[in-house]
Amino acid sequence: MKLSSMKRFWISFVLALPMLVQMLAMPFSWMMPFYVPIAFVTTTLIMAIAAWPYWVSAWAAFTHHQANMNTLVALGTIISYTYSLFAMLTNRPVYFESAAFVAIFVLLGDAMEERMHAHAADALGKLADLQVKDATVQRGGHWQQLPLDQVKVGDLVQVKPGAKIPVDGVVVKGQSTVNESMITGESMPVGKQVGDSVVGATINQTGALVVKTSKIGEDTMLSQIVAMVKKAQTSHAPIQKLTDQIAGIFVPAVLIVAILTFVVRYVLLGANVVSALLFAVAVVVIACPCALGLATPTALMVGTGRAAKMGVLIKDGTALEAVHKLTTVVFDKTGTITQGQPTVTKIIGEEKEVLQIAASLEAQSEHPLANAILQAAKQAHVTQLPVDDFQAVTAAGVRANANGHLIWVGNERMLSDKQLSTTDQDQLTALRQAGQTVVLVGQDDQVIGMIAMQDAPKANAKRAIQLLKARGLKTVMITGDNEKVAQAIAKQVGIDQVFAGVLPNEKADRVHDLRKDGLVAFVGDGINDAPALTMADVGIAMGNGTDIAVESGDMVLVQNDLMGVVRALEISRKTFNRIKLNLFWALIYNLIGIPIAAGLFAGMGLTLSPELAGLAMAFSSVSVVTSSLLLRRAKIVGTTAAV
Amino acid sequence: MKILVVLVALMAIAFIAYWFLAPHKESTANAQVGQKGQAATVVVKGGYSPQTVVLKKGMPGKVNFQLKDSTACLSHVVFDDLGVDKDLTKKPQTTVQIPTDKAGEYDFACGMNMFHGKVVVK
Repeated sequence: MKLSSMKRFWISFVLALPMLVQMLAMPFSWMMPFYVPIAFVTTTLIMAIAAWPYWVSAWAAFTHHQANMNTLVALGTIISYTYSLFAMLTNRPVYFESAAFVAIFVLLGDAMEERMHAHAADALGKLADLQVKDATVQRGGHWQQLPLDQVKVGDLVQVKPGAKIPVDGVVVKGQSTVNESMITGESMPVGKQVGDSVVGATINQTGALVVKTSKIGEDTMLSQIVAMVKKAQTSHAPIQKLTDQIAGIFVPAVLIVAILTFVVRYVLLGANVVSALLFAVAVVVIACPCALGLATPTALMVGTGRAAKMGVLIKDGTALEAVHKLTTVVFDKTGTITQGQPTVTKIIGEEKEVLQIAASLEAQSEHPLANAILQAAKQAHVTQLPVDDFQAVTAAGVRANANGHLIWVGNERMLSDKQLSTTDQDQLTALRQAGQTVVLVGQDDQVIGMIAMQDAPKANAKRAIQLLKARGLKTVMITGDNEKVAQAIAKQVGIDQVFAGVLPNEKADRVHDLRKDGLVAFVGDGINDAPALTMADVGIAMGNGTDIAVESGDMVLVQNDLMGVVRALEISRKTFNRIKLNLFWALIYNLIGIPIAAGLFAGMGLTLSPELAGLAMAFSSVSVVTSSLLLRRAKIVGTTAAV
Repeated sequence: MKILVVLVALMAIAFIAYWFLAPHKESTANAQVGQKGQAATVVVKGGYSPQTVVLKKGMPGKVNFQLKDSTACLSHVVFDDLGVDKDLTKKPQTTVQIPTDKAGEYDFACGMNMFHGKVVVK
């Protein structure tokens, strides 16, 4: 029978309850009846369930000349257990609880580690699921459905409206708009005609396309993104090496100190064997890395729990550490700083009339710009005109008849051979300079107004970025949009630096470059952000992102709210500071505890029996846990402390 | 009696110092060459044995990891350079394909980067 670490932890914990009760009752000098036999039986079971694997692993490590955490755990439990056995047989006080609780605490750490791993593993599967499984391919003059792995470079593939494009390729026939948001993060559908390239896993929307396959299998954009995430996921945190190096010397050192203690007591100071042994055991028991082991996981548990309540999901302990040294926060533009869809920002001309004509024409359209106009019309309580003879003009706009007039909406091409008036032209240029998308609205051959639209910043983007800057962080925005639009948005929210016109696969490279100046956090969504999210020291995925972004981020914001970034960074910083404080106390405790246990201060009447050493060890653990629990009361921007 | 205790203690200390702290030669093994290519087996128990595996260049190569340790630390094997992170607990033996088209070294480690080993292609 193979039990998971979590199950073994719970079984052991339940078994240890009687000993816990006795430990708590000790100050009131209450003794549990039959305590020794109960402790003996339960501890023996706990040793078999919880500690045995550590003994096996420690022995195997020993044969490799290695000593590590497992060695400490094994030694601590074996010595306190065998000593307690000896003590039980010779009617001395027993220390079974030390053996039991050391094993249980360490097992808890293991179990949590196991769960974290399982969480992290799912990202790649989600990404790969975006890929379609088969394609309609031309073979021998007619179309047939084939599994994707049989499609070759150069094959012609048919894509119906509403279907996913199966391969990377070039359009050879047809015209359509394609939703590429899952790859580029760009919310506006992109127009595609003959000669344009398309990317697999994006969604064809309005027309049928025939695509000539240019990339298959591992060469496709999607596969490359998968590969990038995979590689980023296996990288390591350097600090882990350091702790192991300490542990490698720590264990043999503690052993030597314990032996020296015994010798000095027994030989030089003339103590009897039992007394000397007690000192040596006290050294080993108090040196057990229990508090050290608890310092990190408990603070993480409380910190991440508190964070989750604020809508910040933290998935990675190493990210917490990175937040501490962060110098730069990089934002994706579309959907992160901005709302992700255009809204009407300005209307030129007679507002009601302009909106009414535009809304009447766009009523049937699914285009995001049309949606923005309809929203604005609804807010302004504008009714729509009945229209007939509706016509779409390719690459220009739409027109129709209403009340005996020709009404239209679109770009300059709708004017055919006529010119815009100078004032209109100036206004149009000014708006476009400011990064707005503008449509002209006309009646017969007159331009009666303009509607400016923009993917506007989110309401609290400015305040969030102010707060980040107040914390000494540099703010950067990366976008695939053009320089004009990007600069306009950056100015509105107060971003320090802008990278515009960045191709999706270059985002991670830009993040990589920024890392030369210090640690970088990346905030984004969309699977095109997945490589950048993993490349950054701290990847923060916005909650409205596609699944993969959520899986690749070190942190996920449940609400699509930039203030969440501020909160995420603050709770991370507080949690990591708490971990450092805990480790400091746990180390200090060992530094002071070991000499006392060895009897260095015996002359001043300061000694530790193994019993007291066990209690002190438990106390150190309790103090570390308490310190971690205090995180709940830490003050975080925009929230109230939990009581 | 006391002199004996001192002697035993000194020997124990010397042994600990020698065993854990002094440098030791790492275990090395060559891959077994079969008809379909070459394969090496690494037993994962309190560490990796052998710690270094040697593969020949230019022949399809793989390393089989056999997990015999039930503590969490060694449950994953990670090849940084290859982008491989495998959970060893799912099957008794987990295979990692090693590219052998050019000579080089691939380090591997446990999920927490506490235990290390390497594959040498030459």
